[in-house]
Amino acid sequence: MTPLLPDHAKQEISFTVNGVPRSIHAYPMARLLDILREELELPGTKEGCGEGECGSCSILMDGVLVNSCLIPALQAQGSTIVTIEGLAKDDRLHPLQQAFLECGAAQCGICTPGMILAAVHLLEKIPRPSLEQIREGLSGNLCRCTGYLQIFDAVAKACRNEVAE
Amino acid sequence: MARSDYGIVGTSVPRKEGRDKVTGTARYVDDIRMPKMLYGATVRSKVPRGKIKGIFFSPDIDWDEYIIATAEDIPGKNCIALILDDQPCLADGVINHPEEPVVLLAHPDKHQLAKAVEAVVVETDPLPAIYSMEESERKKEIIWGTDNIFKTFLIEKGAVDQVWGQADFIVEGEYFTGAQEHLYIENNGMIAVFDPIAGITVWGSLQCPFYVHKALMVLCGLTEDKVRVVQTETGGAFGGKEEYPSMIAGHAAILAMKAGRPVKIVYDRLEDMVATTKRHPSRTRHRTALSRDGRILGGEIDLTIDGGAYATLSSVVLSRATIHSGGPYFWPSIRIRSKAVATNAPPHGAFRGFGAPQSLFAIERHMDRIAKAVGLSPVELRRRNFLQPGQTTTTEQVIREPINLSALLDKSLAHAGYEEKKKNFSLENKTSHVKRGMGIAAFLHGAGFTGSGERYLDSVVGLEGTADGKVRILVSSTEFGQGTNTVLCQIAAETLGIPYECVTIAQPDTTTVPNSGPTVASRTAMVIGNLVRSAAIGLKQTLQLDGILDQRYTPEKFANACRNYVEEKGVLRALARYTAPEGIYWDDVKYKGEAYAAYAWAVYVAEVSVDLTTYAAKVEDFIALQEIGKVMHPVLAKGQIIGGVAQAIGLALYEKVLWQDGRMLNGQMTNYIIPASCDLPSIRVIFEEIGNPHGAYGAKGIGELPMDGPAPAIVNAVVDALGVPFDSIPLLPEDILEAMVSHSIAKTVVVPAESAR
Repeated sequence: MTPLLPDHAKQEISFTVNGVPRSIHAYPMARLLDILREELELPGTKEGCGEGECGSCSILMDGVLVNSCLIPALQAQGSTIVTIEGLAKDDRLHPLQQAFLECGAAQCGICTPGMILAAVHLLEKIPRPSLEQIREGLSGNLCRCTGYLQIFDAVAKACRNEVAE
Repeated sequence: MARSDYGIVGTSVPRKEGRDKVTGTARYVDDIRMPKMLYGATVRSKVPRGKIKGIFFSPDIDWDEYIIATAEDIPGKNCIALILDDQPCLADGVINHPEEPVVLLAHPDKHQLAKAVEAVVVETDPLPAIYSMEESERKKEIIWGTDNIFKTFLIEKGAVDQVWGQADFIVEGEYFTGAQEHLYIENNGMIAVFDPIAGITVWGSLQCPFYVHKALMVLCGLTEDKVRVVQTETGGAFGGKEEYPSMIAGHAAILAMKAGRPVKIVYDRLEDMVATTKRHPSRTRHRTALSRDGRILGGEIDLTIDGGAYATLSSVVLSRATIHSGGPYFWPSIRIRSKAVATNAPPHGAFRGFGAPQSLFAIERHMDRIAKAVGLSPVELRRRNFLQPGQTTTTEQVIREPINLSALLDKSLAHAGYEEKKKNFSLENKTSHVKRGMGIAAFLHGAGFTGSGERYLDSVVGLEGTADGKVRILVSSTEFGQGTNTVLCQIAAETLGIPYECVTIAQPDTTTVPNSGPTVASRTAMVIGNLVRSAAIGLKQTLQLDGILDQRYTPEKFANACRNYVEEKGVLRALARYTAPEGIYWDDVKYKGEAYAAYAWAVYVAEVSVDLTTYAAKVEDFIALQEIGKVMHPVLAKGQIIGGVAQAIGLALYEKVLWQDGRMLNGQMTNYIIPASCDLPSIRVIFEEIGNPHGAYGAKGIGELPMDGPAPAIVNAVVDALGVPFDSIPLLPEDILEAMVSHSIAKTVVVPAESAR
C-alpha cells in the first residue's frame, strides 16, 4: 500500500487528554478529531460536517472550545484536552450531563457531546448566564432534533443545581 | 381505552439510552471498527442523463490496491427493492440523475479514497434531461415509463361540477414548496461483513431494518436466513434513513462479498446532502367555490410532486399529500387530482410529514386568500368551515371523535394574544420600519400507514421474560432520537405493573426481533405500542395460567415468576400480531373510507417580524397547540413538537436547495442554512388529550404533526405583516424583496361568479 505521505513525515506529538498524558506518532496535519477517535479510541467526539460548521466535534483545548475537525494534530502539542469521555467522574454524571438527561436535551445524541462541551465552556466563562447568553454561547453547535429550547432549559437547570450544591 | 394505573405512562421517565448519549458511550456506525476492515467509496455519474460508453481508470493510481465493483459484480438482481424495483443499485448502461452510483471502490486507508474516486471517469453519451415538473408534464422527453408519471390519484366526493354555478365566490391560487434536506447530524453509514456460510451482515444507521433486509436478499441473491441487518445508534433520521440506507447497505455488501473483508461506507456531509433523498418539491392549484357567507361549497385541487429519477416512495408520499390536501375542513364536494412526476434529479423521498406539509401549506395559504376574497377574517373563515364530529373528510371518513376545532382555535389565539397583537401591529406597522404580523394554521395529521397499509404490514411484536427477572421488548422499531425505546418500555412496564427500570428493549437485529414494520408514519407509539401492550398481557397470562403468578402481584413476585419460568422451561416469550380495528373500511381503488385509524389535530399561531432593511423574516413567538391523544411522556412529546416546529421554521424561512442540472449546488452546512440556537423564538407547546381507542393508552401519532403547520402559519403572518401575497416556500430575504418589488402583479384571482361561469 502506498501511503499518501512518507512515514518519516510523522511526528511525536504529546498532550494530555482527560487528565491522562498521551503520546502519538502522527502526521502533523492529521485532524485532531481523527487522532482522538481512531488513535486514542475516544469516539465520543463526533464528526458532523468536517468543516467547522456544526460543532459536533467540539472539545476543550487549554480551556478553549474548538472544532477538533479543524485542528491539526501538531497544534495540540503540549495542550490539555477535555472530551465528553472526561466529564463524568467515577460514574457520577457532570451536572450538565444530568440536566441534559432530565430536560430532554439529548434526542438522537449525535450533537450532544459537542453541545455539552460548549455548555461546559459557557458556564466556565459565565456561571449564571441569561437565556440570551445561553443562546449565544451555544450558537456554534447545530442540533437538528430538539429545536434547542430544552437544551437551554438543561443549561439553566445545571446552573441552578451547581448553586444548590 | 386502557387506563394508566401505575402512572408510568404519562410520566417523564429517563430516556432509556440517554445516559449513553450524554456520556459519549453510545456507539454509532462510524464509531465501530472491525479487524481487517476496508473503507468503501462511491463513484457517481456526474451527468444528469445519458448512456455509459465506458469506465476509465486513470493510470496514476495503483488499482491493484483497490477492490473495484460495478454492476457486473452484483450477485442477485441489480435493484433497490422497495415498491417498484426500478432503481438500480449500480448504474448499468444508463444514467438517470447526476448522483447515480456507477463504481464502488474499497481500500484499507480511507484517506486514499477521495483521490481514487476522482481518478475514475464514467464516459457517457449525454441525453436530453428534464429538471422541472412542468418539463416533465410536457412529455417532450420521456425519461420514465411511457409518460413520466410514477403515480396518480383521484378522489371525488359529491358533485363538484354543479357547485360553480351556485357559488358567490370562486377563489383560485397556486402554491409551491421546495426541496428540503433532512440534515440529520449523523451522516449515513453502513458496515458489511460477508461470510460464505453465515451470509451477509450489515450494521448501520437506519430506520427500517426489514426494508434493508428485503433489499439485500434481492440484491445479493441470498435467502432470508443469510441476511442479517442490525441497527446501530442512529443520529437523527427524519425519514431520511427510510429508503436510502438500503442503497448504502447494498454497496457495502457488494464490496464485502468481493473483498472477503468487512467494508465500511460512511458518507461525508457533501455526499450525504447531494446524493441522498430530500423532501419532494410540490405545486398545488386550488379552485374553491364559496357561498356569500364564506362556506365552502366545493373545490378542485390539482397537486403535483417532483419524484426525481426513480419511483422509490413517491407513490406513498403522494397518497398522504393527496389525503391531507383538503385540510381540517368540511368539503361537501371535492375533486382532488394528484400525480408524482419524474425528473432527472436524485429521487426525492420520505421526510417527516411525508407529503402532508406540502399540501397543508397550500390549503392553509389558500384559506387566508379565501378569507381576503370573501371579506372575513382568517379566524372566522376557518371557524365556519372546520370539520365537525359526524361530518366526513374528503375520503368520506366519518369523524367519530368529539373534536372541537373551534375550541382549539380559541385557546390557541388566547395563548398567542392574537387579537390584541393584530390590532397593535396594524397601527404600529404604518410608521415602523419593522413590520409585524400574525398568522394561523389549522391542520390534521393521520397516524399510521394509510388505508389498508397497516393490514399489509402485519406487524409482530415480541416480549421476553429474562433469567434475571426482567422483561425485554423485541421489535424492529428503531430509536433515532424520537423516543421509541423509552415509550415502548413505559407501555410494557405500565401494562405489567412493574418498574420502568425492569424493562429493556433489544437492539434491532433482524435475526432476533420479529418484523414490527418500519419506524415511520407516526405509527410507533400508537400501533406498535398497542402490540407491546397486547404482548405484555400475553406474557402475564402465560405466567398466571402456569400458576406461578397470582392475579394480584407485586413487582418482586413478577420478577420471581419470570426467573422461575425461564429456569424451568427455558423460554418465556409472548408475541402479538396486528389486527385491524373493527369497523374500519378502506377502498384502495376509489380512495374512499377510513384513511387513518386516528388523526392528530392542531392549531398553530405564528408572530413574525420583517425588517425592511434586510428583508429577513423572523419568527418572534410561536404557539403550538395540538390534540395528540394521550401524552405518553411529557418531556419527549414536547421535544418532538419543538424540534418539528424548528425544522418547519427552516422549511419556511431558511432552507433552500439550489439546483443546477439536477444537482444540489449548496450541499454544505455553510451554504444550506438550518436554524441555529439564536434563530428560534419561544415555542409554547400546549397539549389537549381526547385520547384514541385504537392506540396504547390512547396514544395517537406525534412525530410528523409539528412539521405540517408552522410554514403556512409563518407565511400567513408574513403576508399579514407586509400585505403582499407569498405563495412559495422557502421564503428567504431575497424572495421577499423580489415579491415586494413585483407586488403590482397580483396573483389573487377573484372573479365575480357571473363572469367565471
